[in-house]
Amino acid sequence: MIGRPKHQRLVLVAVAAVAVLGAVLLAMWGLKDRAAYFYTPADIVAGKASVGKAMRIGGMVEKGSVKRDADGVTTHFMVEDGDGRVLVTYRGILPDLFREGSGVVAEGKLAPDDTFVADNILAKHDERYMPPQLGNQAAEHKAGRTLRQ
Amino acid sequence: MIPETGLAALWLAAALSLLGLFLSVGHVRGMLDAERAVRALAIVQGLLCLFAFLALLIVFARTDLSVALVFENSHSAKPFIYKVAGAWGNHEGSMLLWVTVLGLSGAALSAMSRQLPPRTLIAALGAQAALALGFHAFLLFASNPFARLSPAPVEGRGLNPLLQDPGLAFHPPTLYLGYVGLSVAFSIAVGAMLAGDVDRRLARAMRPWVLGAWIFLTLGITAGSYWAYYELGWGGWWFWDPVENASLMPWLAATALLHSVAVLAARDALKAWTMMLAVIAFSMSMVGTFLVRSGVLTSVHAFAVDPTRGAFILALLGVYVTAAFVLFAVRAGTLREGAPFELVSREAGIVVNNLLLTVILGVVFIGTLYPLLAEALSGEKLSVGAPYFNAVAGPLAILLGLLLAVGPLLGWRREKRPIAPKLTVPGLFAACTLVIAFLGLPDASILSKLGLALAAGLLPAAILPLIGRNPLRAPLATWGMAIAHLGAAVSVGGMAADSSLTTEKLTAARPGETVDVGPWLVKFQGVNPVAGPNWTAVEAELRASRGGGVHVLRPQSRFFTSPPTETNEAAIQTLLAGQLYTVLGPSDDEGRYQLRLWWKPMVTLIWFGGAMVAFGGLLAMLGHTRRAWRKRKAVAE
Repeated sequence: MIGRPKHQRLVLVAVAAVAVLGAVLLAMWGLKDRAAYFYTPADIVAGKASVGKAMRIGGMVEKGSVKRDADGVTTHFMVEDGDGRVLVTYRGILPDLFREGSGVVAEGKLAPDDTFVADNILAKHDERYMPPQLGNQAAEHKAGRTLRQ
Repeated sequence: MIPETGLAALWLAAALSLLGLFLSVGHVRGMLDAERAVRALAIVQGLLCLFAFLALLIVFARTDLSVALVFENSHSAKPFIYKVAGAWGNHEGSMLLWVTVLGLSGAALSAMSRQLPPRTLIAALGAQAALALGFHAFLLFASNPFARLSPAPVEGRGLNPLLQDPGLAFHPPTLYLGYVGLSVAFSIAVGAMLAGDVDRRLARAMRPWVLGAWIFLTLGITAGSYWAYYELGWGGWWFWDPVENASLMPWLAATALLHSVAVLAARDALKAWTMMLAVIAFSMSMVGTFLVRSGVLTSVHAFAVDPTRGAFILALLGVYVTAAFVLFAVRAGTLREGAPFELVSREAGIVVNNLLLTVILGVVFIGTLYPLLAEALSGEKLSVGAPYFNAVAGPLAILLGLLLAVGPLLGWRREKRPIAPKLTVPGLFAACTLVIAFLGLPDASILSKLGLALAAGLLPAAILPLIGRNPLRAPLATWGMAIAHLGAAVSVGGMAADSSLTTEKLTAARPGETVDVGPWLVKFQGVNPVAGPNWTAVEAELRASRGGGVHVLRPQSRFFTSPPTETNEAAIQTLLAGQLYTVLGPSDDEGRYQLRLWWKPMVTLIWFGGAMVAFGGLLAMLGHTRRAWRKRKAVAE
């Protein structure tokens, strides 16, 4: 029995409020250690990122740095942003638009030797598309101020 | 001339929606009798939007490069179907499609909803006109699809090759029918709150719109998932990408709404609750539109990078949602109390269903928006992906699945009989599967094991409402419910099977070599050059066998000329037991090609289940409509 008619509405309002509150608490708990922060190579060099946590790094693929292992599927390349560079290792097929000298975002973890082990590589999808993170950086460089999209 | 005519139609439509808004306010306040005028205006406004959209289609079909939008998104050498589909494969065109569906929904509401009380209908049409007005303004001031270029360029820039796919032709329109179809539920709720008339009749008038929108959303999400699966070549079917979440959130709200509107229609309970959900459902559609159309996201879908557009949609969203919530807060207290029900009853089951769906919606909403909020407030850049969503939403979805087995067996108002005995068979199925999964799949995640067990139990549980009665005499709507629930079980089974049973092989192979993946032996025969209308490709020939016959798969690496891009075309062999999924990567100096192969048992169940869910919705809609029609006929006689 969910109370008498008059109380039933109150009970419903109360359970709805509890559900919304529960959703917020659950989301906060989940976000606490599952959100992947975005770092630039400069951040990594400066030691701002912690080892072993899921994260993304973004920058440009350094020209002439792409090398492939003997197994034919493991690739190493440097990601740089003008202020720092990080060695990235990735096992898999690189996206279609992965190019030397072009923008890239890598998802993965930082290894103890400060190289980045990627489990996913995102490249820009066409000449008009740029991940907002990189777009912001380019805009900041150009205009010398922070632009927010 | 055609672009100008289209633009003129849009301005006229905007003016008519303004007029319609004023007239309906006047009518509802009792200052004038404008019922016929408001209804006629809604229809004309919808037709003008359709006219403008057709004008855009013609401009794209003819590749009229003097129109800026065509120049930026099309090319004369593109296949005809993609020229036409390209009309909505960009920001402005897709917003025009959005507004067109909104206008046509208003027209359909005006023409078809005769069972609504006149005052509620006119107030609802006023709400619909207010929505149309805002989005017309967005189109005309911030996203004009008909802007001209002078002089006209010689050739267009082409369409992103990822978007040149048959899936694209149907995916956005289907999704928009769902998104914007919910606007009618929103408007009916607003109209009913204004007129103070929330009852079973209203629920019966609202239900077909909710069901219709929900069917299209279900189909759109299912098709979008399959599109991402075969087109992106990553072997995944759901990435928790913000754009995917943008379509999932309205679906979650619409699913809750369609259950609570059933309670209101059958039992005259959950009145304010249902109106609230109707407001939330369309708000989620607008949030989705904001996410996709404002350019705030890191995503292949995000075309716009113009900050004014994002601010514009955000302002519209804020105005409409705030207005609806204020109206709700003022009027909710005046609604009569709904019919009472007990703790163990169908109504209570649906309340718990609604609560679970709301919590899932909440955590998806927060997870999707948190990165934007964090960047806006602290400048910190982060992303929230599968680890978060699976961890917080997965267990809730399992609970929802358990409820799905029990809820339909409960009687309205009060269930006195024990229902546990009925669930013996499903319980046994689930328990056996769980034991097998724990013994046989030590590497699978807990969530996927639970998912397999849940699916095994739900398959028999979903059809229980049809058992114990003559199934042929059960109402069509009951059949619809059983099939939709069965579809959910099938889809959950496919998802759990994909994450626990898939085997993957990544390797570099020379022509002539053989690779194994799962039970398959795949021989790499070699590569051939092939060409299409606007691309060339390297195509691999793979011969896959496991004992019996040989299947030939031909994955490609395609090179498009305009704009210059490469894409991987996966080759997928669909078998009864699952899919063999193959991707060809680039070659190296030693003449080896990268190959990525997956054997995915039962993966097709994911989308087959989704289609079943939509089909169940369709049956329910037909059943309710037929019953309402018969009733009207009986009254007329």
